[in-house]
Amino acid sequence: MLRVIIFAPLIGAITLGLFGKRMSERLIALIACSSIAVSTIAAFAAFAKLLGQPADAAGVRRLSDTLFTWINVGAFRADFAFMLDPLSGVMVLFVTGVGLLIHIFATAYMSGEESYYRFFTYLNLFMFMMLTLVLGDNFLMMFVGWEGVGLCSYLLIGYYFLKDYAGDAAKKAFIVNRIGDFGFALGVMLIFYHFSTISFIDKPGVAGVFTLAATKPIEAVSTTALYAGGLTTIAILLFIGAAGKSAQIPLYVWLPDAMAGPTPVSALIHAATMVTAGVYMVVRSNVLFGKAPMALTIVAVVGALTAFVAATIGIAQWNIKKVLAYSTVSQLGYMFLACGAGAFAPAFFHVVTHAFFKALLFLGSGSVIHAMHHDEDMRNMGGLSKYLKITFFTMGAGTLAIAGFPMLSGFFSKDEILWKVRSSTVLPGSLGTVLWLLGMLTAAITAIYMTRMMVITFFGEERFKNKKHDDHGHGHDDHGHAKDDHGHGSDHGHSLTPHESPIAMTLPLIILAILSVVGGLIGIPEGLAEKFVPHSLHHFTHSFYEFLAPVITTPVIPGNGGEAIAADHSAELVSTILSSIVALVAIGIGYGIFKGKPMLQMPSFLENKYYVDEIYDAVIVNPLKFISTYGLWKFVDGIIIDGTVNGLAKLVNLIGIGFRQLQPGITRLYAAFIFGGAIFVIGWFFLTIIKR
Amino acid sequence: MVPLSWYLALSATLFTIGGVGVFVKRNVISIFMCIELMLNAVNLTLIAFSSFYREVSGQLFVFIVMVVAASEAAVGLALVIAVFRNRQSLNADDTNLLKL
Repeated sequence: MLRVIIFAPLIGAITLGLFGKRMSERLIALIACSSIAVSTIAAFAAFAKLLGQPADAAGVRRLSDTLFTWINVGAFRADFAFMLDPLSGVMVLFVTGVGLLIHIFATAYMSGEESYYRFFTYLNLFMFMMLTLVLGDNFLMMFVGWEGVGLCSYLLIGYYFLKDYAGDAAKKAFIVNRIGDFGFALGVMLIFYHFSTISFIDKPGVAGVFTLAATKPIEAVSTTALYAGGLTTIAILLFIGAAGKSAQIPLYVWLPDAMAGPTPVSALIHAATMVTAGVYMVVRSNVLFGKAPMALTIVAVVGALTAFVAATIGIAQWNIKKVLAYSTVSQLGYMFLACGAGAFAPAFFHVVTHAFFKALLFLGSGSVIHAMHHDEDMRNMGGLSKYLKITFFTMGAGTLAIAGFPMLSGFFSKDEILWKVRSSTVLPGSLGTVLWLLGMLTAAITAIYMTRMMVITFFGEERFKNKKHDDHGHGHDDHGHAKDDHGHGSDHGHSLTPHESPIAMTLPLIILAILSVVGGLIGIPEGLAEKFVPHSLHHFTHSFYEFLAPVITTPVIPGNGGEAIAADHSAELVSTILSSIVALVAIGIGYGIFKGKPMLQMPSFLENKYYVDEIYDAVIVNPLKFISTYGLWKFVDGIIIDGTVNGLAKLVNLIGIGFRQLQPGITRLYAAFIFGGAIFVIGWFFLTIIKR
Repeated sequence: MVPLSWYLALSATLFTIGGVGVFVKRNVISIFMCIELMLNAVNLTLIAFSSFYREVSGQLFVFIVMVVAASEAAVGLALVIAVFRNRQSLNADDTNLLKL
C-alpha cells in the first residue's frame, strides 16, 4: 500500500518524460499535480491507518510494504521495502503536502517556459526519489533515494542549461554532495561491519541496526573515539554525509549557488525537502548517535557555527533568493545543533515548521520575482506592499515565524531547541550554555536580516520605477527566460508596474501561511504548556512529541549536569521569555534601521561570504585542476600512455624502413639477390651431400 | 690430352665472368650476352664431362640447354623491346618504378 505513495510520482515522471513534449501546458500541469495529489492522499490514508495500528514489542507502530528481496548475499540483505513509522509518517505527510502546493505554484510560475514538460518531469522524479529516501526501510534504500535527490537537484538547478552559471551551480551542487556521500557510504559500510545488517527494523531472524546499537555501551568522549572504528566513527561518517546533503560547514557552499535554478526548485528542494534529508537521517539514527557523545558534540558545534556564520552572511546579501538560501543553511544549523544536544524530537519539529515557513518564503519570493519580471535584486525593489498584498501578508507571516515571533510555529520549535541545548544531557560541561547563547545571537541576527528583507522589498521608495524599462530586469542572478514575452502582450512601453500573482500561486502561499502560524501548536514545550495551556488541551499540544517518542531516544550522559538544569522549570521560562524578547527587539531593530536606510551597505567581507568560495578555489579546486592538467593529463596521458602507443607505432615504422631497403627498385640488385640466393641454396645442398 | 680440370677451370671462369657481368652491366643487351655466356659455360662443362667419360647423355643435355637459351633469348628480347617502348632507355637502372 505504501508503494502507491512512492510510485505515483514516478509514473507521472515517466509519462511526462516520454510524452510531455507534445502535450499542452494544461495537460502537463494536470498530470504532474495529480500524481503528487495521489501520493498525498495515499500518504494521509497510510498515516491514518498507522494511527490505528497496534504497537509492536518495542512500542512502535509501523506499516511495512516489501516489494522484493533486492540483494541477499551472505549476511548482507537489503530488501526493496518501505516502512511507515511515526518518524517517516510525519515526514511523508509534509513532503507530499508541501510538494503538492509547490507543484501547483510552479504550474503558474513556470508558465511560458519552452521545456515546461521537462521541469515537471524532473520535479516528479525528485518526489519519487525523496519518498524512497524517507520511506526506505534500510540504509541502502535510503542511499538510493539520497543519490536520486542529488541527481534531481543537479537536473533542476541546471534547468536553464543554456546559462553557464546554472550548469556550474548544478555541477557544484552535485560534486559537493558527492563528497558528503562518500562519508555516508563509508558509514553504512562500517554499520554493516559492526552489526551485519543495515535494516532499520527487525526482520525475522535478524535484528535491526538500532535494536543492536541500543545494546552497545556509550563510547567515550575523546578524539580517539573518532577514528577508532566504533560507533563514534560511524556517527561522524554519517554526519559528513548529512553535512553534504544539508549544507553544513564545510560543505554548504553549493546551496547559495543553487539559487540559479527556478524558484519552485529552491522552495521544494533547497528549503523543504532535500536539505532536510540529512536531518532526517540523523534523527532516524538517533540511537546510534546517542551512544557516541563525541560525535554529538561535533554535530552540535558544527551546527551552531553554521547557523551563526550563515546568518552573518545572509544579512549582507542583496539577492532575495540568496538571503533565503543562507537562511536555510542557518536554520539547518539549528536542526543539527539540536541533534547534537540530544534533542532529536525538537530538531525534527523544526524540520516540519521550517518546511512550512521556508517554502512559504521561497514561494513568496517567487511571487515577487514574477511581479518584478524576474529581477531578483532587492536594490531594485521597494514599496511592493501596495501592489502585492497577498504576497506581502503571507511572506510577513513567514518572516515572523522564522524570526521566532511568539506563538507562531517557528517560535515553539526554535525555543524548544534553544532550551534543550541549554539543558542538554549530552554536551560536556558548559558547552550547552555557550551554544545556547550563540543560538540566541543567531536568532537575533535571523530576525534582523529577515526583517531587512521584508522592509527593503515591500516598504519604502519604489526603486523599480527608477530603472530604465528596457533594462527588463536583468538582475545579478537573472535566469534566461525561454521566451521573451512574459504574457504582457506586446506592450513594453509600460513602466514595470508589479501585479499580484494568479491564484495558482497565491493559494499555496495562503495555505502555507496558515500552517506557519498554527503549525506550532502541536508541539508546545511542556514547561510552557504547564503554565499557559488548559489541562484538557495538553494532550493536543504535546501530541507531536508523544507521537515520536517510541522512535526517538533522548541520550543521557550521566554526570554532565544537564539534568539539573532540565528540571529547573523557571530557567526554562526565563529562556523562553528571553528568546521572545530577543525576537521582538531584533525585528524592531531591523525595521528601524532598514526602513530609513534600505541601501545600507553591509561589510564587504560578509557580502562576499567570507571569501569561502575563493579560498576553496585557491586551496582545493585549483591545485586539483593543476595536478589534473599537468600531472595526469599532460604527463600520464600525454607522455606515458600516448608515448607508449605512439612509440609502438614508431617502432613498426622503423622496422618497415628497414625492410624497405629490400625493394629499392634497382633491377640489378634484385638480380644480385637472386644469384646470391641461388648460390646459397646450391652450396647448402652441396655441403649436405658431401656430409653424406 | 688436355686434363679435364683445365676445361672445368675455364668453364668456371667463364661462368663467373658471366655471372658478375649480369649485375654489373647497365645495358640490358649486355646483360643478355652475359646470360648467354653463363649458359655456354655450362654447355662447356657438360661437353667436357661427356667427352672424358665417353657418355653421350652430356651432349644430349647440351641440346636441351641450347633450346632453352634460344627461347629465353627470344622472349627476353621481346621484353626488352616492350620496356624500351615505355622507358625509352636500355639502362637497367631506369626500370625502377617498383621501388618503395
